[in-house]
Amino acid sequence: MDADKLEFLRGTLDVLVLKALVWGPLHGYAVTNLIRRQSDDALLVEEGTLYPALWRLENKGLLEAEWGLSENNRKAKFYRLTEAGRRQLRQEVKTWEAYAAAVAKVLGATHPPLPEEMA
Amino acid sequence: MSPAPLWRRYDRLVGSDPAADVKDELRFHLETKVGDLVAEGWRPEDARKEAERQFGNILAVQHVGERIGEHMDRRRRLTDYWADALPDLRFTLRTLRRDSGFTIIAVVILALGIGANIAVFSVVNTILLRPLPFRDAQQLVRIVEKDAKSGESARTYTADATQDFQQQNRSFQSVSGYFAFTGPDNFKLAGNGQPVPATGMLVAEGFFETLGVQPAAGRLFRTEEFVHHAQPAVLLSYPFWKRRFGGDPNIIGRTVDLSDKVDLNNASVTVVGVLPETFDFGAVFSPGAKVDLFVPYIMDDFRNDGNDLALVGRLKPGVTIAQAQSETDSLFPTFFAVHKHPEYGKPYTGHLTGLKEYVSGKLRRSLIVLWCAVGLILLIVCVNLSNLLLARAAARSKEFAMRSALGAGRARLVRQLLTESLVLAGCGAVLGLGLAWAILAYLAHQGSIALPLLSMVRIDGAALAWTLLIAVGAALLFGPAPALRMSASHLQEALKGSGHGTSEGRKHDRMRSILVITEIALACVLLVGAGLFLRSFLRVLDVDLGFEPSRAAAVSVDYDDGGNPAKRAAIWQEVVQKVSTIPGVETAGISDNLPMSRNRSWGIAAKGAQKLTDKDFVDVLVYIVSPGYLKAMGMRLKEGRDISWDDIVNNRNVVVLNETVARKLWPGQNPIGRTAIAGGGATEVIGVIADVRESSAENNAEAQMYLPSTKQFQPEGSYLVMRSKLPPGALAMSVMKTLREINPGQSATEFRPIQGLVDRATSPRRFFVLLVGIFAALGLLLASLGIYGVISYSVTRQTQEIGIRMALGATGARVQLDVIWKTLRLALIGIVVGVIASFAVARLIASLLFQTAPADPLTFTGMVVLLGGVALLAGYLPARRASKIDPMVALRTN
Repeated sequence: MDADKLEFLRGTLDVLVLKALVWGPLHGYAVTNLIRRQSDDALLVEEGTLYPALWRLENKGLLEAEWGLSENNRKAKFYRLTEAGRRQLRQEVKTWEAYAAAVAKVLGATHPPLPEEMA
Repeated sequence: MSPAPLWRRYDRLVGSDPAADVKDELRFHLETKVGDLVAEGWRPEDARKEAERQFGNILAVQHVGERIGEHMDRRRRLTDYWADALPDLRFTLRTLRRDSGFTIIAVVILALGIGANIAVFSVVNTILLRPLPFRDAQQLVRIVEKDAKSGESARTYTADATQDFQQQNRSFQSVSGYFAFTGPDNFKLAGNGQPVPATGMLVAEGFFETLGVQPAAGRLFRTEEFVHHAQPAVLLSYPFWKRRFGGDPNIIGRTVDLSDKVDLNNASVTVVGVLPETFDFGAVFSPGAKVDLFVPYIMDDFRNDGNDLALVGRLKPGVTIAQAQSETDSLFPTFFAVHKHPEYGKPYTGHLTGLKEYVSGKLRRSLIVLWCAVGLILLIVCVNLSNLLLARAAARSKEFAMRSALGAGRARLVRQLLTESLVLAGCGAVLGLGLAWAILAYLAHQGSIALPLLSMVRIDGAALAWTLLIAVGAALLFGPAPALRMSASHLQEALKGSGHGTSEGRKHDRMRSILVITEIALACVLLVGAGLFLRSFLRVLDVDLGFEPSRAAAVSVDYDDGGNPAKRAAIWQEVVQKVSTIPGVETAGISDNLPMSRNRSWGIAAKGAQKLTDKDFVDVLVYIVSPGYLKAMGMRLKEGRDISWDDIVNNRNVVVLNETVARKLWPGQNPIGRTAIAGGGATEVIGVIADVRESSAENNAEAQMYLPSTKQFQPEGSYLVMRSKLPPGALAMSVMKTLREINPGQSATEFRPIQGLVDRATSPRRFFVLLVGIFAALGLLLASLGIYGVISYSVTRQTQEIGIRMALGATGARVQLDVIWKTLRLALIGIVVGVIASFAVARLIASLLFQTAPADPLTFTGMVVLLGGVALLAGYLPARRASKIDPMVALRTN
């Protein structure tokens, strides 16, 4: 991966994959494309990590796989969110938002915190 | 995504292939990427290189994919399997419910077989397999004389020898023992109301500590309680504490009024503790007996009383029995019976046996035979069920043909059938557990069965595991036979044919016949075995005991003579005379010992010219009696006379011998009037009685002598024995009334029929005969059911054929004869096979038989006739039905 591309935090890839699939079943290649395009080319998912992530999620029962035909009429493995996957996604989004808000608060601070006993 | 075309669905028709899936998926990715790059203007070769570069280590990813894929695949297969199991189970339950008649019979048969197996396993487990209920029980050993005879005196040691051993050995953590000559009801516990009898055991110091028994309440005995004139203390057994004191915890530290009937020391004794519920002295050391309380065995009080301690030791950790034995071998010959009199007694020997082996070793063979018998029953049950299932299979062949036509594979059908047999076996096992529980609850409370540890029998984890094992084993045994048979059936034939009269039906028939023959053969083995045991048992009952137990009863008598022989003689005389005048009592007499209960032996020798040595003395069992005792017991005086009141009052030292002793001391001579040395002095032989079987009916008669209760011969306790035509219950009232008139302190003891003593001695054999007999009856019943089923089924199947034959002129009698002949043929083959097997089995159990040859012709003939008769009866019912077939009806229907 290029050095200027954003590194994925642990676990972040999973939630991105889940999110990518809320619009409907996709094969692995389409998942990378979707994430890349939706992040305006900021996030580039490496194939070497994407496929193990997909399989892991399938193994956990968060995704379901089915063989189908792609747009170019080839046999491809399509992944679809299961009910458990949707629940997991909602949960992860909440966690992520809380985390991001907390990080943003710290980074956006303009003055040091007040001493504790006075607060 | 558009759905895959139809052909794609058959890609993995032969089974899933996770590795290929991963390859396909990654190839698709690369090719799409290449396509996209080419569209962007890359040259195809460069595009491929670029795509592969971007992907990175494709092989590693592929490897990860394969691993995850395989894992998921395995899990999916398992889920699929269990997903199938549930509908299978539901289907099974539905079919079984529909066919409730079959289900009930099958489950009941299985429950009988499995229940009997669980019960016997629990008994075997308790007596043979499980360690004794003590801490580190494998360290416990029993110490007895080498080649000890059945008399307890030869299995015990004196206080002095015991102390020597305790001090000099290096192999034992501790050695202790108990007083081996305790009779039942040897104590009297006074309190509110009438005094009650109690059985007390004298235990040497450290007895409970050696066994590793902790008190449930209070404490064990202390060292200072084992010295002469110590403050008397008593430990209560748990059941006695519950029964007598209502489980009152405040009894600890209180004194009770307890008197020893032998020494008649009236004393207030302090209750120091209660033993735990799990400690059952009788179950381990004295099968069938119950011990109510324990008191210290004070060595100083018993120095001169001869051998009376039964020794138990606990080996040091890491010391083997063989090591301890070699030490014992060098130590014991150096011990003296009495330190002060080194000339007394023969040199000691000591033989160590693991306590467990000592307690239950003798029963090993019997129990294993019982175990095998009950295993045979299970085998017969399985064969019977195979048979039943085969009959059902024939009826269901269309159903299965239909299912297999609809795509169910052979393995699938077998699995369905196995589910069915597992469900049946499971139901049978649950019901069998209930049955076994009831049997064991009954057995555990049978005090009259003198088997060790029996009171501790219960269904434990091991028994449950055994249940599971035999249930699954049985299901696998009886399930598959019909399953394989059935799934091999030809679809079309089954679908179109009525199943009657086709070759398939005949094949079924042959298989069922083989099963029935097997059943008959197994039942034959069981019956012959049971017959041999029964005959042995009858022989045992037939043994001339030398006394007549049937009309005699005994009761323990209390009196206080203050240790004065003259006073005792007067009391005895009064008791015997008053009781003899009670209407219904024929004769009465007193003895301090009853046959088949306690063993106490002394030495006796013929007084001759030269000085007597130890070798001249013969061990004899001793009874100190009043006149009339011999007659009351129904013993037969062969020569001379009985002891008289004159002998007692005048302190005459006389003795009555049994024939065995007389023969030993004066072979071929008349012993009457001769002088013997017995009980430490010269006695005159005044009578000889016919031999009496002492310890049990199965052993040879032992040497016995009967001495008058005089100054020289002090009785230990006293039992009044009466002979009467009245049942003991009817006598009890008036006899107790008389005894109370003589001594108001007479405790309310029970009347014990002498027959009970004999029954108790024969109870282990009766127990085995009863069980093996029940198993044989069960086997016979199952075999006859099997015969009935097969013959009945073949009659049904051949209804049409029989109809035709009858229409062509065959008489009903002729048809009936044919069917019976068919039955007989099956039975005969089974019996021949069974008899051959029985000869082999009988040889194996020969050592358990009593005066019965393993090839006892009467038993074999009897059992063969019985089996043949039952088989005929089982065949007769369908035969009668066959003869009643109306040809017109038979031909019209079907």
